[in-house]
Amino acid sequence: MMNLHNLPPSAILIFGALLLPLMPKQLRNLWCVVLPAAAFVWVWQVPLGHEFAISFLDFQLELVRVDRLSKAFGYIFTLNATIGLIYAFYVKRWAHHAAALIYIGSSLGVVFAGDLITLYFYWEAMAVFSTFLILFRGLEGSKKAYGAALRYVLVHVAGGLLLVMGLCICYQKNGGDLTFSAELFKDPHLGSWLVLVGFLVNAAAWPLSAWLPDAYPEATVTGGVILSAYTSKTAVYTLLRGFPGYEILIPLGCIMAMYGIIYALLENDMRRILAYSIVNQVGFMVVAAGIGSEWAINGAVAHAFCHIIYKALLWMSAGAVLYMTGKSRCTDLGGLYRYMPWTMVFGTIGALAISAVPGTSGFTSKSLTIHAAEQAHLFWPWLVLEVASAGVFLHAGIKFPYFVFFAKVKDWTLEKADIGEPPWCMRIGMALMAFLCIFLGVYPEPMYAILPYQDVFQTDPYQVFTAGHLVSQFQLLMFSGLVFFLMLPMLRRTNTIAIDTDWLYRRIVPMFYRFTDWSLNGINRWTAALVVDRLIPRLNHFFARGPYRVWVRVNMPFARLNRSMGEVEEFSARRFFYRQAMLGILPIGVTAFLAVVGLLILFFA
Amino acid sequence: MSEETREQETVATPPAAPKHGGFDPGLIRKLWIALGVACALPVIAELFVDRHHGHGEHFPVDWGFGFYAVLGFLACAGSILLAKGLGLFLKKNEDYYDHDEPS
Repeated sequence: MMNLHNLPPSAILIFGALLLPLMPKQLRNLWCVVLPAAAFVWVWQVPLGHEFAISFLDFQLELVRVDRLSKAFGYIFTLNATIGLIYAFYVKRWAHHAAALIYIGSSLGVVFAGDLITLYFYWEAMAVFSTFLILFRGLEGSKKAYGAALRYVLVHVAGGLLLVMGLCICYQKNGGDLTFSAELFKDPHLGSWLVLVGFLVNAAAWPLSAWLPDAYPEATVTGGVILSAYTSKTAVYTLLRGFPGYEILIPLGCIMAMYGIIYALLENDMRRILAYSIVNQVGFMVVAAGIGSEWAINGAVAHAFCHIIYKALLWMSAGAVLYMTGKSRCTDLGGLYRYMPWTMVFGTIGALAISAVPGTSGFTSKSLTIHAAEQAHLFWPWLVLEVASAGVFLHAGIKFPYFVFFAKVKDWTLEKADIGEPPWCMRIGMALMAFLCIFLGVYPEPMYAILPYQDVFQTDPYQVFTAGHLVSQFQLLMFSGLVFFLMLPMLRRTNTIAIDTDWLYRRIVPMFYRFTDWSLNGINRWTAALVVDRLIPRLNHFFARGPYRVWVRVNMPFARLNRSMGEVEEFSARRFFYRQAMLGILPIGVTAFLAVVGLLILFFA
Repeated sequence: MSEETREQETVATPPAAPKHGGFDPGLIRKLWIALGVACALPVIAELFVDRHHGHGEHFPVDWGFGFYAVLGFLACAGSILLAKGLGLFLKKNEDYYDHDEPS
């Protein structure tokens, strides 16, 4: 019997997705939930240390490599996919599901890839198939989504190019071995920097971050839920695997954490607020990768695990609101608590979890990263992470639910008569995620048990639930909440957007385009006028008529010798020779003589 | 002042929006009291808890009583002021990029 563990989990999802159009319509959506669930079982069953490679050309492609790190990400990716596709059960179009499944399958491929060539193939597949999740909204009629999808795929193709350039250099330096491990990038050289930048593009590291808040909020309702989990978290995985202890990641992550907060505070679109808070949260994980200690890696994995759950929950509740109201701007929303109470409860649980309120999964996961910064005696990163923790409560913990569900009393039935809770599948998806947020918040042991480094839990008995930690966390959060309501007038929403680094390629590059259009096409027109319209005809004239003139010049002295000529005779003689040359009726002797002269020139030259 | 009036125009709700977003002022007052209590409780609790006991390393900046309350307050007030300040430069109308979209 074939060993099922050699079947990569990516293959389950990708080939399963390709079967979708062949299935009866009633079974398709069920099949979409079964596939990631099957992949989850695969991750659960596969033994640690399992490897499976195939030969392709001259390369050994390691399709499956299982260790604790890849397994932890495998668990959360498949779990989130299962619940995400339950949420998406109402979507009738199979192509939406197929794109999502192939995208998720590719991200699993990245996580379980043992070498960088395999990883690269999956990496590009992720970029391509995730684009469809945005593009489908464009097909539903959103012109903005169409533009955002184009920018999204261009940024990722550029990132992929950097990655492949770096891989080529690493391949040369390393004597043809591209096994993906921290060893490969131990000595920083151009190749490892290029690979790092390629990974950081997907991690939405500032200033390469603008694609995320540009594209995700334009995705379909379910596309946003799926997108929020995979691209940035596979990038976090690659950083943890390949670049732990790269110190540049610490300040970079700190910038991301603060940048996410500031922009989320400026934003008006609820899904864009959530997109910026992804950058903020991934900042924590990037800092942890930069610290690189065993606690930090554990913290980053735990944080990624919980983040995927509560961020999916937040995107689900925002998606439900968008689906029911068709609106996504805070200025258009508010007062929905009366019409969508369950969505409000679930969304608020997600908001509390992302804010790391004790009793939710954010508290049990984010604390590990902050603890790692303390252990490493990194004062500034620690301070920034604490400040960012307070800021998360501000922008995602309170601002999102406040402006969407509360803020004002509004009679929504005037705008939409059938306003109410979203379809049952959405409510089930949100309920499952909300359950996980609280379950992991009060009983984090199952999650801690799958973290990569288990020894540190023995050597450094760190307790999350100490009285001191609870007190400090509640102080931090409650006073953040106090500031929010004290400064509420300053936070009033306006119908504006905030320009981000994508301004460079949305404004400066078009300017550059127009400049090159003006300058290069200007040169073109000028050259055309000068060379094509004037110089070429003249040259043409010169070369066409030149030989005739030579003929006239050669013959005229002989004609003058024969008889003396007046002006009129001279002119008619010239005409005669000119016409003779033009019509090609030359006396043979002359032609032969000229040919001999020509050959002699060629011979001596 | 001009910034203020521009905001007034662009806000979707009518200018004569009811105070407290239309909520009962009594309810708002109760919520404020609840928030005050929620802020006071963890500060009072710190009197009975040694935060530094058995909780890893601590940086010298953590002076002890009420540190996290002050940190949370200053961090958020600072973030909002910074965002407000940057907003003067970064906030643009929603149609800012519109003519760049492919048609």
